[in-house]
Amino acid sequence: MSASDATPANELLAAEGLTVLHGQLAALRDVSISVRSGEIYAVVGANGAGKSTLLRTLAGLHRAASGAIRVDGVDVTHQPTDERVRRGVVLVPEGRRLFPSMTIEENLLVGAANGRRGEWTLDRVYDLFSWMRDRRREKTIHLSGGEQQVVAIGRALVANPRVLLLDEISLGLAPVIVQRIYQTLPSVVGADMAVLIVEQDVTQAMRVASRFQCLLEGRTTLEGRPQDHTTEEIEAAYFGFGKGLGSAVAS
Amino acid sequence: MNWINAVAQGLLLGGLFALFACGLSLLFGVVGIINLAHGDLAILGGYVAVAILPSVHTNALWALLFVPPMFGAFGYVSQRTLLQRSLENGPLTTLLVTFGLSVVLQNALLEGFSADSHSLSVGKLATDALHINDRLSISYLRLGILIVAVAVLAGVQLFLARTSTGRQIRAVADDSEAAAIAGVNTRHITGIAAGIAFVTVALAGLAFGMYAQFAPTSGSNLLLFAFEAVIIGGLGSLWGTLAGGCVLGLAQTIGAQINPTMGTLIGHLVFLAVLAVRPSGLFPARAHA
Repeated sequence: MSASDATPANELLAAEGLTVLHGQLAALRDVSISVRSGEIYAVVGANGAGKSTLLRTLAGLHRAASGAIRVDGVDVTHQPTDERVRRGVVLVPEGRRLFPSMTIEENLLVGAANGRRGEWTLDRVYDLFSWMRDRRREKTIHLSGGEQQVVAIGRALVANPRVLLLDEISLGLAPVIVQRIYQTLPSVVGADMAVLIVEQDVTQAMRVASRFQCLLEGRTTLEGRPQDHTTEEIEAAYFGFGKGLGSAVAS
Repeated sequence: MNWINAVAQGLLLGGLFALFACGLSLLFGVVGIINLAHGDLAILGGYVAVAILPSVHTNALWALLFVPPMFGAFGYVSQRTLLQRSLENGPLTTLLVTFGLSVVLQNALLEGFSADSHSLSVGKLATDALHINDRLSISYLRLGILIVAVAVLAGVQLFLARTSTGRQIRAVADDSEAAAIAGVNTRHITGIAAGIAFVTVALAGLAFGMYAQFAPTSGSNLLLFAFEAVIIGGLGSLWGTLAGGCVLGLAQTIGAQINPTMGTLIGHLVFLAVLAVRPSGLFPARAHA
């Protein structure tokens, strides 16, 4: 089956048959994904299921052993990370990865320097997260984990992403902070963009996502819309127990 | 020589060391390369001037117009080709590659220019001095080198702090992968950083050639002094590098004042003392402290 026959017109980011190797180990095996504009798409799975690898491969940080990645129909499989950023694929990496020797503002300026031009400017980020404006000259190492996460999201937003990739933004943060960050997500998603989130916290992810897929040991075990699947089905796909996983894969 | 004169000459010598150390510090801090060919590259700069100057002008100051830009381009290209590829194989490979480059440069210079020493003539500037009193006079050339060193360090510092390209260089230095994630073309940016480092190497080499005689093997000593200045000053801090250069220059001239044969040795001992007491240098970069 060729997926491109059925490519929906609003598809922003697509990957087909991605296999990624970490040495001998296959971190991803034949994983496909299609993210459409206006949606929040979640990838869930246990530790080591391959979620982060999927996101990092989409961002160009891992090389795919086979498979193809397209942005707006353009093949980017062999393009470096910075080129993909210019096409609108912007990652908020796990662990935030801010530039520690720089201020908040400098972190944002680096993000804005090579991104796409568009509605997201430093000012707009400061409007969305108002505490940042007053503290923009502070070094980011002095910020709390939650504040750093917000700056990392801001650094990605000023590149005017078409697809924002969020890798485990809840990791190491207090639940109340996580909730607050997730609450701002809808105001971030424009009509012409999409958000792809990777989460270990299934409940949190299912609350905001319009579609999702579940990974287990590098394979897709379940995909569809959250409301079409029971908690038991999702749990079975997540942990890999229960009967006949293959039959749970929705087409 | 008297003590005041020794201090003044030490500071002036420090300017030359700082100029040498600047490129080493930049290449290590941003690109992550310990460039063992640093001193030989500086000497290469001197020989490029020796080779080209006869068809340009008799005064070596004219070399400042063409050698640094040539080295800037050379730095960018070597980073994008040789150095980048060696970096991808790990830090040990870059050590071997730059060591190999050092050997190749020394032998190529021996082949091309023989083992005779050369110098760059700057006319009256080499001998003119500002006579402050009977016991203290300051060579215009040495003063000029110190001023150039301060200007280069300040310029590089300002460039890194204020410009968009400078910010991207710092981003790559902080976390290269995160910089790529933020859209920075890390190969191009490290190429620019290497280009700037090579420009300062060329300036240092020309300054050294105007200041003293040089031979194809002079680079090794210069590399050692540059290393010492960087370590004394503290890695990753350009102002620290200037201070490190001055401390080393002072140690050498004051040492020579005590006993004329001991100048270099005292310099090394001060370096060892700093390494033992403050391994992170006198002025370590604040951001990572």
